[in-house]
Formats: sequence, structure tokens, C-alpha cells
Amino acid sequence: MSDLKRVIPCLDVDDGRVVKGTNFVDIRDAGDPVELASRYDREGADELVFLDITASHEGRDTIVDLARRTADNVFIPFTIGGGIRSVEDAQAVLDAGADKVAVNSAALNRPGLLGEMADVFGTQCVVVAIDAKWQDGHYEVFLNGGRKPTGRDAVQWAIEATRLGAGEILLTSMDRDGTNIGYELELTAAVVDATAVPVIASGGAGELQHLVDAIKEGHADAVLCASIFHYGQHTVKEAKRYMAENGIPVRI
Amino acid sequence: MSATVSLAVLDYGMGNLRSVEKAFERVGASCEVTAVHEEIGAADGVVLPGVGAFPKAMERIRELGIDEALVTAAESGRPVLGICLGLQLLFESSTELGGSDGLGLLEGEVAEIPAGGRKIPHIGWAPVTWHRPSRLGNGIRPGEPFYFVHSFVVEPREEDLIGSATYGGEFACVAGRDRIYGVQFHPEKSSAAGLRVLENFVGICAEAGE
Repeated sequence: MSDLKRVIPCLDVDDGRVVKGTNFVDIRDAGDPVELASRYDREGADELVFLDITASHEGRDTIVDLARRTADNVFIPFTIGGGIRSVEDAQAVLDAGADKVAVNSAALNRPGLLGEMADVFGTQCVVVAIDAKWQDGHYEVFLNGGRKPTGRDAVQWAIEATRLGAGEILLTSMDRDGTNIGYELELTAAVVDATAVPVIASGGAGELQHLVDAIKEGHADAVLCASIFHYGQHTVKEAKRYMAENGIPVRI
Repeated sequence: MSATVSLAVLDYGMGNLRSVEKAFERVGASCEVTAVHEEIGAADGVVLPGVGAFPKAMERIRELGIDEALVTAAESGRPVLGICLGLQLLFESSTELGGSDGLGLLEGEVAEIPAGGRKIPHIGWAPVTWHRPSRLGNGIRPGEPFYFVHSFVVEPREEDLIGSATYGGEFACVAGRDRIYGVQFHPEKSSAAGLRVLENFVGICAEAGE
């Protein structure tokens, strides 16, 4: 039988609180991350992703504390991303109970980091987060929460990152993030078809059919959602039931 | 009224034990994360968790002498639960990294997952088929998925096989004999169903202590 497709709520966290931006600006508070995470676990979420967007350096400890509090209360796998720059940073959140780390800018600045992490923790713990935007006739990788273009092609970077040690790809369309008009299916399919590791589609989910589309047309292994769940528009349970009704194997 | 079940979660320095500890606490057990023989001997049940490579794990376990403490506990009828690598360590030997002997509490070998060309490690949720009634699987719906992260699998005797899952080919993922149990999946990461398995094990420990 084919693998169960995963539904992964994403919680953007600033200084220990959940936020979600529209196109990464205009942020609104949506609550306590552990409380929300625990609710998603009960509703049937397969995994969780926490992206730490805390700007201040002092804020770094709060993400380790968040990982610890999550591990104490939530019994599904979870990934921590944002501000992971070294094996030591990764070690701290994994020791606190996280299952994986997602690396974005730090891997672009120093691709060898992916291999170092894979050597210490195994590729199954290393997620490369890629923020891509259509520009100059290709999907270009952006840095720093989507503010800085790199000139790199997203598909090529996905191939290189998995060769270096990433065991999974978290692929966000900057064009779609926060728009609620659906995932960027062409981008998702291009990365899935070019790589051999699981790809999590992210950015743009606004209705349940979008999740189905990401898997059927984008060939994604998992779908990441934020606002569609945070603001009570749909529950994870509803999402999975809808996917099952549309022929997608999910854990219900 | 029964007293709180006390568990020794064996700490041999490989992998994060926090989630296992917290999950057992959630279902009402008290946990001591320990390598101290007296604490292992005093517990109502013993949990052998672990991630990483089999030979390194056995080396650490022997250095700490917790192999003896664990075997003694098992032989005196104390329930044992191996989780992931911990399940594999209960068996006689593994082919991982050139091969190594295991604890030998269950008969059989550990070999690479027969993934049929699929990517290794096997990561993710997979439905579990329970082949015979087991206290460990009490109240678990047939085919309920659990969360896996592993590259090797156990090959138990037919009579010790309790549950299996499929990744490429079918593989054993729950095994047990007497009060010695092991699961290949991570119950501490398998949401409500995983907690139910842990709760069942705590129940087995409570009964064994009566």
C-alpha cells in the first residue's frame, strides 16, 4: 500500500507565542504554541513544525524551552526551524525532545552544515527549508524569511541539499504564502520529481481541496498548513476526512 | 487501590529519553531514567529505549553492566519493554555494522529492513496488523497506524510475533514472550494509540507486581 500522507500544522513562533504572517508581514497573535500543538495532536495531526522567527539573540533560549514543553505535552513528532545555525543549535533542540531540525539560511550560507548534521544525527533528523519565489524565469531561493534573493534555482538547491544530507524538504512558495489561493503546484511537483526524499508542500492553503491538489497534482508527501487551522476555519480532523474521501491515504 | 507503577527507563547514553519518560508519566507511571542496578532491580518494570547503532548500544550497555540487571529483572518475571533499537537489542544478534551479539532475551536475529528498493530509513506512520491477542495491544483498533523511524527489523520466532507492518515488504514490529515485549515503532510519538500501548504495558507491570 502507498504511504500515508501527512498533515502538518505549522506554528510560527515569536518569543514563545504563535504568530502567522500574510506574505510574512502583518502578523497576528494566535495563541500559546504548546496549547495549540496539543490540540492539533488530539485532532489527528501527523507531525508539527515550529518555525522560530524570534529576531533577538536572547530569544534563542525560548525555542529550546518551547521544544522541551512541547515534548512534555505532545506525543507526535515535531520539527524545530528558524535560527538553527550549527550542530550545537540542533543538538540543543533535539536534546529537548524535538525529532528534527529545519535549516534554511544557515544551509545556504554554509551547505556543509547539512552534512555535519546528518553525520551526527542521521539524515532523518535534517530538514532543509526552502523559500522559493518565481523570478527571472525560474523559482529562485530566498533568504532571511523571504527578504533576500540568492540567485539560486530552487530545484537545483533541493537536489544539492539532499545530496549533502537533508532527509526531507520543507518547500514554501513565497508567492503563495498567506494568500489562501492554494499551493504552488508546479514548484512542488518540480522539486518532488527531482529529488528522492519526502517533500512537504507549504504556502497558500486556503481550503481543503488545496491539500488534495498538493498531493495529487503536486505529488507532495505532506502538506503544511497554518492559518487554515489556527483561525478555526477547519480542524485537522476535517482536513483528513476530506482527503480520505478524495482517495488520499491518511491516518484517521 | 494499586500503588503507582514504577518504571526504570534504561539510560545508556544513546538518544533522547525525555519523550519516553514524559509519555509514561502521562499514562500514570512514575519513571526513573537510570543505569543504576539497584534502581533497575527495584522497579516494577523495565523500559529499554534507544536510537542509534546496535553495536555501539550493546557496547555501552555492557560497559554499564545493565545487561545483567535487565536479564535478572526479566528472569524474575518483571515486565520488559524494548522500544525501537531497544526492541532489536532484546534479540540474539544483529547484522548492523559488521554484526554484534544482543541481549538474547528473545530468539532471532536483527537484519536490514527488506524495503524492496525503497528508501532507508523507513520514516513515518504505518498501519500495524496485530496477529494475535496481546495485552500490549488492548483497545488498539486493527490497522491503527504508529510512527516509525528505523533501518533494521527483528526476525522473531513465529510464536513470538505479535504485530507487523509493511514497508516494501512485511516486517515484525511487535514481538514478545512471557512478559518480555518490544515494539519497533515509537509509542511516545504515536499520539493517543501510542499512549494506549504504554498504558497497557503499565497495566502489565501492575499485574505482575500483584
